[in-house]
Amino acid sequence: MEKVKLNIDNKQVEVAKGTTIFKAAKQMGIDIPVLCYMHLEDLGIEHKPGGCRICVVEVEGRRNLAPSCSTEVAEGMVVKTHSVRVLNARKTVMELILSDHPKDCLSCAKSGKCDLQNMAVKLGIRDIPNQDIAEMSTYRMDFSPSLIRDMDKCIMCRRCETMCNDFQTVGALSAINRGFNSVVAPAFEMDIEDSTCTYCGQCVAVCPTGALTEVDHTNQLIEDLANPEKTVIVQTAPAVRAALGEEFDMPAGTSVTGQMVTALRELGFDYVFDTDFAADLTIMEEGTELLDRLTKHLNGDKSVKLPILTSCCPSWVNFFEQQFIDMLDIPSTARSPQQMFGAIAKTYFADKINVKRENLVVVSIMPCLAKKYECQRDEFKVDGNPDVDYSITTRELASLIKRANINLAILEKQDFDAPLGESTGAGVIFGVTGGVIEAATRTAYELHTGKELKKVDFEELRGLGGIRKATIDFDGLPIKIGIAHGLGNARKLLEDIRAGKSEFHAIEIMACPGGCIGGGGQPLHHGDSSVIQKRFEAIYAEDKGKKLRKSHENPYITKLYEEFLGKPMSEKAHHLLHTHYVDKSKKIIYMK
Amino acid sequence: MSDYKIHLLVCGGTGCKASESAQVVSNLKKEIESQGLSDFAQVVTTGCFGFCEKGPIVKIIPDNTFYTQVKPADAKEIVDEHIVKGRKVEHLLYVDPDKNEKVSDSKGMNFYKKQIRIALRNCGIIDPENIGEYIARDGYEALGKVLTSMSPEEAIDVVKKSGIRGRGGAGFPTGLKWELTRQTQSDVKYVVCNADEGDPGAFMDRSILEGDPHSVLEAMAINGYCTGAGHGLIYIRAEYPLAIERLKIAIKQAREYGLLGNDILGTGFNFDVELRYGAGAFVCGEETALIHSMEGSRGEPTLKPPFPSVEGYLKKPTNVNNVETYANIPVIFNRGAAWFASIGTEKSKGTKVFALAGKVNNVGLIEVPMGITLREVIFEIGGGIKGGKKFKAVQTGGPSGGCLTEKHLDTPIDYDNLIAVGSMMGSGGMVVMDEDDCMVDVAKYFLDFTVEESCGKCSPCRIGNKRLHELLDKLTKGKGEKQDIDRLINLSNVIKDTSLCGLGQSSPNPVLATISNFRDEYEAHVFDKKCPAGVCKDLMTYSIVDENCVGCTACARACPVGAITGERKEVHFIDAALCIKCGACMEKCKFNAVIVK
Amino acid sequence: MSRIKFELRKDQIDKINEICQSFNNEAGELINVLHKVQGTFGYLPAEVQEVVAKGLNIPVAKVYGVVTFYSYFTMTPKGKHPISICTGTACYVRGAEKVLEEFKKELKAEVGETTPDGKFSIACLRCVGACGLAPVVMVGDKTYGRVAPEMVKDILAEYAD
Repeated sequence: MEKVKLNIDNKQVEVAKGTTIFKAAKQMGIDIPVLCYMHLEDLGIEHKPGGCRICVVEVEGRRNLAPSCSTEVAEGMVVKTHSVRVLNARKTVMELILSDHPKDCLSCAKSGKCDLQNMAVKLGIRDIPNQDIAEMSTYRMDFSPSLIRDMDKCIMCRRCETMCNDFQTVGALSAINRGFNSVVAPAFEMDIEDSTCTYCGQCVAVCPTGALTEVDHTNQLIEDLANPEKTVIVQTAPAVRAALGEEFDMPAGTSVTGQMVTALRELGFDYVFDTDFAADLTIMEEGTELLDRLTKHLNGDKSVKLPILTSCCPSWVNFFEQQFIDMLDIPSTARSPQQMFGAIAKTYFADKINVKRENLVVVSIMPCLAKKYECQRDEFKVDGNPDVDYSITTRELASLIKRANINLAILEKQDFDAPLGESTGAGVIFGVTGGVIEAATRTAYELHTGKELKKVDFEELRGLGGIRKATIDFDGLPIKIGIAHGLGNARKLLEDIRAGKSEFHAIEIMACPGGCIGGGGQPLHHGDSSVIQKRFEAIYAEDKGKKLRKSHENPYITKLYEEFLGKPMSEKAHHLLHTHYVDKSKKIIYMK
Repeated sequence: MSDYKIHLLVCGGTGCKASESAQVVSNLKKEIESQGLSDFAQVVTTGCFGFCEKGPIVKIIPDNTFYTQVKPADAKEIVDEHIVKGRKVEHLLYVDPDKNEKVSDSKGMNFYKKQIRIALRNCGIIDPENIGEYIARDGYEALGKVLTSMSPEEAIDVVKKSGIRGRGGAGFPTGLKWELTRQTQSDVKYVVCNADEGDPGAFMDRSILEGDPHSVLEAMAINGYCTGAGHGLIYIRAEYPLAIERLKIAIKQAREYGLLGNDILGTGFNFDVELRYGAGAFVCGEETALIHSMEGSRGEPTLKPPFPSVEGYLKKPTNVNNVETYANIPVIFNRGAAWFASIGTEKSKGTKVFALAGKVNNVGLIEVPMGITLREVIFEIGGGIKGGKKFKAVQTGGPSGGCLTEKHLDTPIDYDNLIAVGSMMGSGGMVVMDEDDCMVDVAKYFLDFTVEESCGKCSPCRIGNKRLHELLDKLTKGKGEKQDIDRLINLSNVIKDTSLCGLGQSSPNPVLATISNFRDEYEAHVFDKKCPAGVCKDLMTYSIVDENCVGCTACARACPVGAITGERKEVHFIDAALCIKCGACMEKCKFNAVIVK
Repeated sequence: MSRIKFELRKDQIDKINEICQSFNNEAGELINVLHKVQGTFGYLPAEVQEVVAKGLNIPVAKVYGVVTFYSYFTMTPKGKHPISICTGTACYVRGAEKVLEEFKKELKAEVGETTPDGKFSIACLRCVGACGLAPVVMVGDKTYGRVAPEMVKDILAEYAD
């Protein structure tokens, strides 16, 4: 590779041609402060609009300062990253940004985790000149079931716009207006709820300030826990345990399943259950549906369409209900594990412990913002009472544990409660891209062939490639599987299906990068993709450590069918565990 | 055009059209026809003559008689007297304000004496809707010469040797730009004409496109041959309907004549041009923003490099030049690089078109050699300051430029000198201000423009200009504090130093230039709470001069807030605390007894 | 922001689709399409933008982002006689501000607003290029030069139909 020699802060350095000043400095151990810049290497996203102008440096011979994030090095370049001119410019620009930003840090959801706040500290801002005459750009607050937009706090870094458009291809957000009035917003500044937003939460995950945050349910939870009338039970999604530790300064990839269970008990939940149990149940239903559709299709039934698409990701469901309404009959009708859990908890389990539906509060801990919306869907309510009352994110759980002064690191490890706490390795891997389809394969193989699956690890289905494909040999029958994570990648597979070019029998889709481990409700990874990789490894390690690794071997699942549901796809199962999809593309525009 | 004995050239530019020049044309035609003179005299609608102050203009060829402010009703008299009897219509002739003499031949007018018209060579002379007239004035000769006798490299060399620099504002050497585009390897390349003239007070590009559209088309084709591009795009303001219409006609005619399209002049060279419309965003004059706009997006600039010559429209190499730059190109080939380079200064060759406006007697469009002084432009061509007032400053370079004062009047105008004195060439707006203009208010006016036109992408421009405007507003309201001037300077410098594109990098220029040239005026606002020019309303006080007041009560009756008291036939008094400074009293007073300070 | 609910008829939707098709439904032609559509409807209400977005297969948020970026595009219907006051530099130094104030006072409307009877709307524009006639006002396609505040009443009276 061609090399370029340059001088940064009086030190010579040699870097590859095409490197930016920011990266060249980084290689030397010099961290130039950046604000709008974002690099999600494994996702192929380098967001460098050069908008904030915090990262400016002085380049000898250049008239003005250069944004280091987007200026490439050149042979013989002499760069100063901390001259007086640079420091004055950075401070002044920072004061400008803060002059148009609310000062309610004390009660801001992002306080302590805010890039802007950290930058203000780093640059030693003590005073904002002429604040008394400075007009602020103000916007209407926008509340939705999943996320809150408080655009007064937007600094126009445009990261959300990049995630929503370039990565997810959802297109709900765009920069609007011009100059001082410009901001990122949905079309016509309508409520995000009325837009094409899928609540994937990737915008929230990358927002440097409190402009985009999740809806907080922790205070509601505390009230319910304190109410003696209520029995409060909790389910935790697989991806949560692989990331929760990060909020307590543990290295990424530390699995904290046992400590998390203990913490939830100490918080006062009456029962601590596992969404993984419901994941096993999902496999029973979805795997059966897959085999059913596959058999009919192979037998020449033209009314049965393939490929079958997974349906456990609520953001993905929102996506196709908005943008692929001609294909509503292709996804599996199986509800997501969160909703299967809720449906079983408020019937089967409520009966078992003899608690009335309205007195049972089902809470889920999810790596996800879309789950907050999913549990509020009308389809998942009985007489207005939701199967899952509300969902809180991994971040909210961490905040709750800290609030309760519980030190996760020193907690003993405890097990989930029975009967809805037992799970197999197949349920665990729901948390990563490729996991659902691997879990389904483990079960479908045995159900279809009648033979025991010796090797349960399907390495060919694993990885972090955006679109992956594999063929699995079902004892002579080649099953073609496609996997996509990120809605932009999903779109490509869907457009193939629409064009009749898809070769797959089954496709797994997750909206977030890496699957749920990279969900919008997870501890912020600040674009460090090694964090995703570590969580990925933690999930597969947990799977490997499980005695049982196929969903249909879960004894409590077997018992559930025996005692309550009958068999997969039975009428009762259909009623409680399956759903239907609706066309959400036609929306009324609400002008505000 | 030669079959007729007499030609009546009538200006059809936007300015004159607004003063009913179209009606003048049709009345002249009717009159000529009814008097049976149709074989003898021809009426031609031309592009802008430049002398907009006195429009509509009618010029009679061959004797160069220059009639000003012609009304439709004057048509009969012109035909009766001038065409039939050969007598000049005296009352329509231009009067030299200095000598108070009537000037009949336009060559004798100060307005035209010092001008050299290269880019405007055909404006006001040919009918822009007739390609034949363009061809008759050596039109498309340069294209023919380049296509048949020169290699692209040789042709680029001519442009380089001419020394011409981009007329859009930044002054980048045009030949070098062409060479960069040529050197970038690509199957598809584009030639773009930037006609998104957005400087308030500048209209040279519009006049060229209205008056001589073919010169731009010819130059774009030459550029296409030189750079290896087959597609040309003209990005033009949608607010210029007349220019758009004339371009459409010109493109159609050029295609019919085989001067655009496939196999131009039988040389195998293919090149065609289409129009793209701007939609009212000043920032789109910046070339990367312009390209994003042509791609159907928000016109937000992106960092250079990559330069458009390397990666431009649809990620292909794109050569962007401005209208006036193109208009010079055919002449450079026809008369030679050496001839062109002989005009102007050492580093700025050729001429520059300026839109001279503001408080000057002769408002209009002028083309002068680089190196001319401001004094020559304002006092000779411009005919001095309107109403005999005192010259105060001239703003060059539009909102991105700076103001120049008395002490700069003898500075030769070129790219580098203007930058050296804190202004810039810009696209060529030149607005003259007199003693009645407040420089703090003028700076605020330009910032108001920048705030409105900032795209919002980078924080210094988005927020910084707003804060500059607020500080200036504070000063004009009499609330300035002693540290505010230094804050204005620091903030201006940081905005210039850190902004993403040319807009933010130059938007504080008016602030810095006015502070540096008129610091005393700023200090008067801050420390004395006075506006010396009497513009800033909040700093004015109305009062009554006792000696002049006769006690007629007219002022008291006019005052909408009852701030004026006084008995009939006695001296009146204005209560400053109640006065809202509407000026009604001053208007009503017939005895000059109300004054404002 | 427009508050007017605008129901599109089928022929209007067809017209928009026809315009999109005339530009090969290419996303890159968005600005050209918007020019044409605004030329047809006079303005660009939300419903029209939705149809354009579908026609060019781009998110409506992007269309709105573009519409709100360019001052030429408007989401409010203009008056029957749109009044544009030039506030370019040449007009400004020759008193455009006072002329604008007079129009605002006479019509009791602000810049960007339309009078309740739908007759007049006020807008500012930057330089029509008739600086020789400064200050300049346009009413519809008609240009008025050297406008003084005292002339405002007479100009408006011309449209008293």
